Amino acid sequence: MTDTTTTPPEIGGIGHSVKRVEDARLIEGQGNFLDDIALPGMLHMALVRSPVAHARINGIDSDAAMAVDGVLAVVTGELMAAHNLAWMPTLSGDTQAVLATDKVRYQGQEVAAVIATDPYAAADGAELVEVDYDMLDAITNPQQSLAEGAELIRDEKEGQTDNLAYTWETGDEAATEAAFAGADRVVSLTTHYPRSHPSPLETCGIVADVNSVTGQATIYMTSQAPHAHRTLFALVAGLPEQNIRIVSPDIGGGFGNKVPIYPGYVVATAASLLIGQPVKWVETRTGNLISTGFGRDYYMTGELALSNDGRIQAMRVDMLSDQGAFYSDAQPTRYRAGLFHVCTGSYDFPHAHIKCRGAFTNKAPGGVAYRCSFRITEASYLIERLIQTAAYELGIDPAEMRLRNFIQPEQFPYETATGFVYDSGDYPTALRKALDAAGYDELRAEQAAAREEGRLVGIGIAHFTEAVGAGPAHTYDIAGLKMIDSAELRVHPTGKAILKLGVKTQGQGHETTFAQIVAEETGIPSTDIKVIHGDTDDTPYGLGTYASRSTPVGGAATAMVARKIADKARHIAAHLLEAAPEDIDRDADKFFVKGSPDKSVTIQDAAFAAYTNLPEGMEYGLEDVTYYNPPNLTFPYGSYVVVVDVDADTGVWKVRRMVALDDCGVRINPMIVEGQIHGGLTEGFAMSSMQWITFDDDGNCIGSNFMDYLIPTAWETPRFELLETVTPSPHHPIGAKGIGESATVGSPAAFVNAVVDALAHLGVRNIDMPVLPDRVWEAIDSAGG
Amino acid sequence: MLPARFDYVAASSVEEAIAAKAQGGDESRILAGGQSLLPMMKLRFATPANLIDINRIGGLDTIERHNGHLHIGALVRHADIAASGEVSGAVASAAPWIADPLVRNLGTMCGSVAHCDPEGDWNSVLLATGAEVIAQGPSGSRSIAIGDFVEDFFTNTLADDEMVVALHIPVPSGRSGGSYQKLERKVGDYATVGVAAHLELAGDGTISAAGVAMTSVAPINRKATGAEAVLVGNAPSAELFAEAGEAAAAAADPRDDVRGSARWKRRVVAAFTRRALAAAAEEAQA
Repeated sequence: MTDTTTTPPEIGGIGHSVKRVEDARLIEGQGNFLDDIALPGMLHMALVRSPVAHARINGIDSDAAMAVDGVLAVVTGELMAAHNLAWMPTLSGDTQAVLATDKVRYQGQEVAAVIATDPYAAADGAELVEVDYDMLDAITNPQQSLAEGAELIRDEKEGQTDNLAYTWETGDEAATEAAFAGADRVVSLTTHYPRSHPSPLETCGIVADVNSVTGQATIYMTSQAPHAHRTLFALVAGLPEQNIRIVSPDIGGGFGNKVPIYPGYVVATAASLLIGQPVKWVETRTGNLISTGFGRDYYMTGELALSNDGRIQAMRVDMLSDQGAFYSDAQPTRYRAGLFHVCTGSYDFPHAHIKCRGAFTNKAPGGVAYRCSFRITEASYLIERLIQTAAYELGIDPAEMRLRNFIQPEQFPYETATGFVYDSGDYPTALRKALDAAGYDELRAEQAAAREEGRLVGIGIAHFTEAVGAGPAHTYDIAGLKMIDSAELRVHPTGKAILKLGVKTQGQGHETTFAQIVAEETGIPSTDIKVIHGDTDDTPYGLGTYASRSTPVGGAATAMVARKIADKARHIAAHLLEAAPEDIDRDADKFFVKGSPDKSVTIQDAAFAAYTNLPEGMEYGLEDVTYYNPPNLTFPYGSYVVVVDVDADTGVWKVRRMVALDDCGVRINPMIVEGQIHGGLTEGFAMSSMQWITFDDDGNCIGSNFMDYLIPTAWETPRFELLETVTPSPHHPIGAKGIGESATVGSPAAFVNAVVDALAHLGVRNIDMPVLPDRVWEAIDSAGG
Repeated sequence: MLPARFDYVAASSVEEAIAAKAQGGDESRILAGGQSLLPMMKLRFATPANLIDINRIGGLDTIERHNGHLHIGALVRHADIAASGEVSGAVASAAPWIADPLVRNLGTMCGSVAHCDPEGDWNSVLLATGAEVIAQGPSGSRSIAIGDFVEDFFTNTLADDEMVVALHIPVPSGRSGGSYQKLERKVGDYATVGVAAHLELAGDGTISAAGVAMTSVAPINRKATGAEAVLVGNAPSAELFAEAGEAAAAAADPRDDVRGSARWKRRVVAAFTRRALAAAAEEAQA
């Protein structure tokens, strides 16, 4: 491992594997999750969800529910409409039903809410709300949705005459077409990235506490973006923003699922407002899986224009996305398909053109970036599957194919065909290191010998490049809010400090790693720094934690504010040492006069002096706040190699080796980085091998609990062998690039490529995820193997 | 995920449990490990009015060999079977494949058998080995062949005033072996396909008795009698087991579903039957 530390372990700055300070309370049951919150007089809410995918509502009968002991109210769409809250805007400029008034448009859609004195009464009441439905045909895929004569799903939407949600394109079409026309070879791949679900272990929930006298709304909710949610609450509900306090307590995982505002939040808040008592809603597991933000569901056709010697000249992509009933993707405003245009990957070629259409279907809405920086997962998957397909078609080794096309280290900063400016990288070194660790040449020899014996061995490679850390204000906003972020640092007289963040941890370890950044920059031991986040009354503004943006944006803000503090401390130290500030030097934990390190003061001395003994004219105190607008995204990358053995009789495949090299720039806490990679690889393995949210022809969700939506355990998860290179981001204050999502983004292609590679000699080029044994067996069988 | 209202009785004897069950009729359920029942109640797929908890009843947790059979009491957990030195053959082979370690620590074999879930593993093992279910009612106990005990999916032939107190699995006196092959999507998942095989060998090494049964490929666990007929009287061989595998595949009646196509499941049945029989023969010949 690369040692990047400049501080001793007792300071615990960057590069130290400091143990996570948040873990003790979480492990010992002293965390404070949403469902732990209990307020005096708190009521409980249960949602009534549609059992069918598409139907007109004739009427709702609440009498039986109201007769249940403890039930106080049944909230329907009609009541919400009376307060102008039956519909709400989405993060992508569409509108979404809060409680259905006219039609239900997917199974699991919220139809009514029961408010009761305890959760059992609420659940019993919800069972008894009778909704009279007139069934309509369900549309369960986007091809069906856009076909001639398909039933109009969004009939309430003015001007909407078909089921098209959006169209988007980018790149230079003319130049791309010209390159294809002149190419020696064109290779294509059509694949579906199936619908998955972030499925955090803690489901979504809220305790809404609206004071009927003061109008103060204290909203405890499972939010990855509390500040953005406060502003959106103000804009949607018309509440004055100073009276809204969002508190996002300990969160049991988010993965993008806790970015959107869900109907349950709005109904509970309205109920608290109308009743005048706090209202708690904790979503059921099934509710979470069938109604909240899913991931992916993109049908993609990618093509490469190639020379005979395997050089890529251009790429074109045609995609169709399944948006569900409402277009409510959480993504930057100007990018309708997120950052999919990073699909040129790690390769140097001049032309690309991408077009995409999104369709409404009778499925849950809310395409979130599941552990992904806005569609980068789909993009990375497509190019890494496509380049392997091209390698087979041209008879070039898949590793060699990548090496021939890589952007070279000296080309950085490198502007891609779609306009990203990659900050730094050394792709050939990374891939070669991963291949060497796997023993690539020996594996290819073994594969050839195994094929002679009728055994199937596959070697899959993925070399991905991510674009994370949105983002520069000139380009990136969500619902108009620029994607900047902030940090506020207060150093107390005894030298202990409080760091307040605009971003919000959901398990990433901010309370540890952000303190390490401050320790690095100031010399205050990381264990002396308390990190506060999640309470909008107590933290500076920020857009929240998703899209691997905490370290690139919030981490940069933290480094910058710590530098301001360190600089003021240096001026105070100069005063204490009776020297000029420019003559003061600093090592890890003290300030001294240049050339005489024995004459020194500590940061703690300077902190005390900040409140007691200041130079003439200096303002008291040692605190500051920084808002950081990143100059660019950051571009982490990695090289993954997977080896699989496939059982030809059953199609069952097992991972024999998984070598994962990640380059995320400077690693703040190597242990936490490795934990992130392990988690991401596991999720990538899950999506590639077993996990999908699917539907039957009537639109019933298959995958509505953990018996059907599979989360791998330690039993089936492969062993991971981690490697690293460190190529700092040149524009980030501490050179970090972000690691939260790399492994989820990069690994699915590696797993699928490995299985396809095992069957490549039979002519197999694609098996869609999840690569279930029957799909493998069918591929072998239909190839005549 | 909150269950509907129910009453709860903690029985201190089998007699008390039977009396409570008789009183509640088909609205009553016995609670042993609860690893199938409680999740179904939380989803409100099951809404029994009365739960009769038998966990405090003494003497129901024994595994012992007795009069040519293995006796497994109603409170024997899957994990007890996996850890027991008394079990062999298909029972020993299947035990580590039941659900996941957490479920195995609480769930019981008798409970799983009585639940009659066609995706449950144990009933295939019991069909292959020719086991009997011991049911006790107010007037004493009776023995029911497993094939007669399972009426339909999630339905057994117990009377309202009866409960399962034990299973009796034959222990052959001669050479025998067994195996359970299971394809699951992840640990804890129900079988996509499961095959249990049991072989007994005569003195000349030919197969004197054979049991083959399948999980998750028919409306209930299904005995592959055609495959058994292929085997009996013949010497074990790869060719014979392949033939039995084809017979089992023909007897299977799988469905297309999210786990995979029916066509593929039949092929897995064939492969697993071959493999289970080979493992069973190896154990018998050892």
